[in-house]
Amino acid sequence: MSLAVAVSDVNEDAFVPASEAGPAPKRIVVAFGFWVFLLSDIVMFSVLFAAYAVLVRATAGGPSGAQLFNQVSVAVQTACLLISSYTCGMMSLAVSARQRFNTYIFALVTFVLGAAFLYLEVHEFASMIARGAAPQRSAFLSAFFTVVGCHGLHVTAGLIWLAVMMAQVAFKGFRPSVDRRLLCFALFWHALDIIWVWLFTAVYLMGIRL
Amino acid sequence: MNLLGKLTWSAIPFDQPIIMGASGGMILGILAVVAWVTLKGYVPYLWNEWLTSVDHKRIGVMYIVLALLMLLRGFSDAIMMRAQQAVAAGGAQGYLPPEHFDQIFSAHGTIMIFFVAMPFIIGLMNFVVPLQLGIRDVAFPTLNSVSLWLTASGILLTNISLVVGEFAKTGWVAYPPLSELQFSPGVGVDYYLWSLQISGVGTLLTGINFVTTILKTRAPGMGYMRMPVFCWTALASNLMIVAVFPILTATFAMLLLDRYLGFHFFSVDAGGNAMMYVNLFWMWGHPEVYILVLPAFGVYSEVSATFSGKPLFGYRSMVAATMVICVLSMMVWLHHFFTMGASASVNAVFGVASMIIGVPTGVKIFNWLFTMYGGRVRFTVPVLWAIGFMVTFVLGGLTGVLLAVPPVDWQVHNSLFLVAHFHHVIIPGVVFGVFAGYMYWFPKAFGFTLDESWGRRAFWCWFIGFHVSFMPLYVVGLMGMTRRLQHYDVVSWQPWLIVAAAGVVIIFAGVICQIMQFAVSIRHREQLRDVTGDPWNGRTLEWSTASPPPAWNFAFLPRVAGRDAYWIQKTLARAKQVQPAPRRKYEPIEVPKNTPTGFVNAFFAVVTGFALIWHIWWMAALGAVGGFVTFLVFAFREEEEVEIPAETIARFDRAHPAEVAL
Repeated sequence: MSLAVAVSDVNEDAFVPASEAGPAPKRIVVAFGFWVFLLSDIVMFSVLFAAYAVLVRATAGGPSGAQLFNQVSVAVQTACLLISSYTCGMMSLAVSARQRFNTYIFALVTFVLGAAFLYLEVHEFASMIARGAAPQRSAFLSAFFTVVGCHGLHVTAGLIWLAVMMAQVAFKGFRPSVDRRLLCFALFWHALDIIWVWLFTAVYLMGIRL
Repeated sequence: MNLLGKLTWSAIPFDQPIIMGASGGMILGILAVVAWVTLKGYVPYLWNEWLTSVDHKRIGVMYIVLALLMLLRGFSDAIMMRAQQAVAAGGAQGYLPPEHFDQIFSAHGTIMIFFVAMPFIIGLMNFVVPLQLGIRDVAFPTLNSVSLWLTASGILLTNISLVVGEFAKTGWVAYPPLSELQFSPGVGVDYYLWSLQISGVGTLLTGINFVTTILKTRAPGMGYMRMPVFCWTALASNLMIVAVFPILTATFAMLLLDRYLGFHFFSVDAGGNAMMYVNLFWMWGHPEVYILVLPAFGVYSEVSATFSGKPLFGYRSMVAATMVICVLSMMVWLHHFFTMGASASVNAVFGVASMIIGVPTGVKIFNWLFTMYGGRVRFTVPVLWAIGFMVTFVLGGLTGVLLAVPPVDWQVHNSLFLVAHFHHVIIPGVVFGVFAGYMYWFPKAFGFTLDESWGRRAFWCWFIGFHVSFMPLYVVGLMGMTRRLQHYDVVSWQPWLIVAAAGVVIIFAGVICQIMQFAVSIRHREQLRDVTGDPWNGRTLEWSTASPPPAWNFAFLPRVAGRDAYWIQKTLARAKQVQPAPRRKYEPIEVPKNTPTGFVNAFFAVVTGFALIWHIWWMAALGAVGGFVTFLVFAFREEEEVEIPAETIARFDRAHPAEVAL
């Protein structure tokens, strides 16, 4: 008896497949679109990685990675970036909890760590150029400066974006459009971490043996 | 310190009558249009309704206008090349000096691919995809406007190169080491690179926008297996844009670093590797062919189903074939340079992969044939383009299978046989397709159909002219004529090249017929008026709304019950003897607010690009800051959407009663 009731209660129209559910909410649409952008960005990096792999032995009589890379500096850079990803996550939590003060604090820590990373990278580049290992020296150095520098440019763009977002929080407050942009920023910042992990592995760790 | 970088008066070729005549005509034309628009008082209308519009339909129309204008420019280049080769035989040098001829063939290829085929395809997708999916706009309307205007920036820079400086003399592929600073010290390659970098960003953003639109914002009930095939091909095309345009951007960035900062990616010294450029270029370039042709295949699918009065034959196999081509297209790039010197095994793998692409393409051809088989085919102009395509494209595809055989390819590599082949697939495949789409969707965009008889004349001129132009090129290709020759000694080639030039004259007659068609249709627009919104007895949702559709597309989001959604509803309505539409309560609709962001940003993109080309560093910095500030203003704006009151929508619906209530 009860079984029959249960079956007749089931409205067949209620089973709508996800693909027929209609337009997704804006937050989903924006985050999805940003993921697609990140994938395209990763494709661009993959080309630079491929170019690096092709040219890594083309030192043209100049210095190789093993002679140039400073392990200590790279380790500190990695630590800065990975910790900044953690503080960026803390910022996202503060945003969803609507804690303005904590948002600013964690954004500031994220910014400082990102800036420290950039400082170390620029310092590394400058010391290499001072030692005659400029990108014009060999195809290997061209590829190295481009792939690592492209990541550095992304970090710079991320810092500018973060500063703009804090201004938006200050002047516009938490509202759906600002929330969505902060969500995209967090995705961007974590993606830069992923790319750095690859850079660290493919350029610096594998570079020692070449 | 020179404030204007490399720019001096000598950059303007006052001594070249052809260039000065062409560019003078172009500038006068632009000035005449601007003066007409201003005197007639159309500027506010143009600015408010078009230039700052974020409506996907208007953006689509503007893309197609750009494409049609650039088609005239690219076609003029073609006429000049064919005329030159028809006369420059034996000792004769023709009328074009080598450095000018080289710019013309480079500009022709660049313009036709990037600034004709791409905007035309993207314009059609913009106009059609949201309507077919039953939604009110793309996922990111402002981004869409930014994309359009970045494409326009690239186009403008390319055209500026005609007057100020020069264009690349490297061919449209700009292979190093020829395109390196050492061998191309002028600004031509820089014009090429910056135009394509700027418009390439626009294209990438379009790809992101459409992938998101198609995957995330379809109308309720519009499951994947109910999407019109044009939307499937648009999805495949945009997935490829997202996957491969970043490759082009990165590759051009490396070449720019070589040229501007003395890097050694592709140089002949210090370990550079020029073949890396060629590989990367074609990793983008081969999928690019399918980015263009798949949406054209989508047009043929819509056209053949609609005008045969039948559902598309083999819908599932059509979708599968589209997605297979989407994946396979990224695995064949090496067939563009079998002569690189890779091992026989590598060449064999890529040769076989190239031939395999013929299989899903063949599936599509059979599906179109079976769609028409047994149908009551109405031989309208779009159907003529479709049938002309099927006949021609199969033959062009066969010469492609020939070229996919590495030993054959070694014989005809870089010959006019190759030139004949790729025109043989791109012109029937893409150009006929966008012309069919233009005729097919024109009444949806403007509310009146295009004149049929001038359309027929245009088709026959193009169809015959195409064969007369390109069949001789196969012959001279097999006779050993390489591409891009400014003059040649073998006089036995000349008769064939004269025939080819005659073919271009026939195509030119076709272009004139198309211009006539446009003018005649506007003049007779009252007789050609379509009041139903469904002039062709269509099957998909775009025909269910008024022509031209209102800004909100659909007063109520359609509920999709199956494939050919509109056809199902029409059939049901007829079966039920057409009940009066149930009274429904209209609700206000929010649409995104128009914004000049895209237009202003494009202005700064042109300033930055021009400054970088001429090494005017302060101006480049100024342009970049300008672009950034434009985005800040956009990011801080308060109003993001405007609400259209329910009364406006109700009034529009009463004035345009729907054939069938959705």
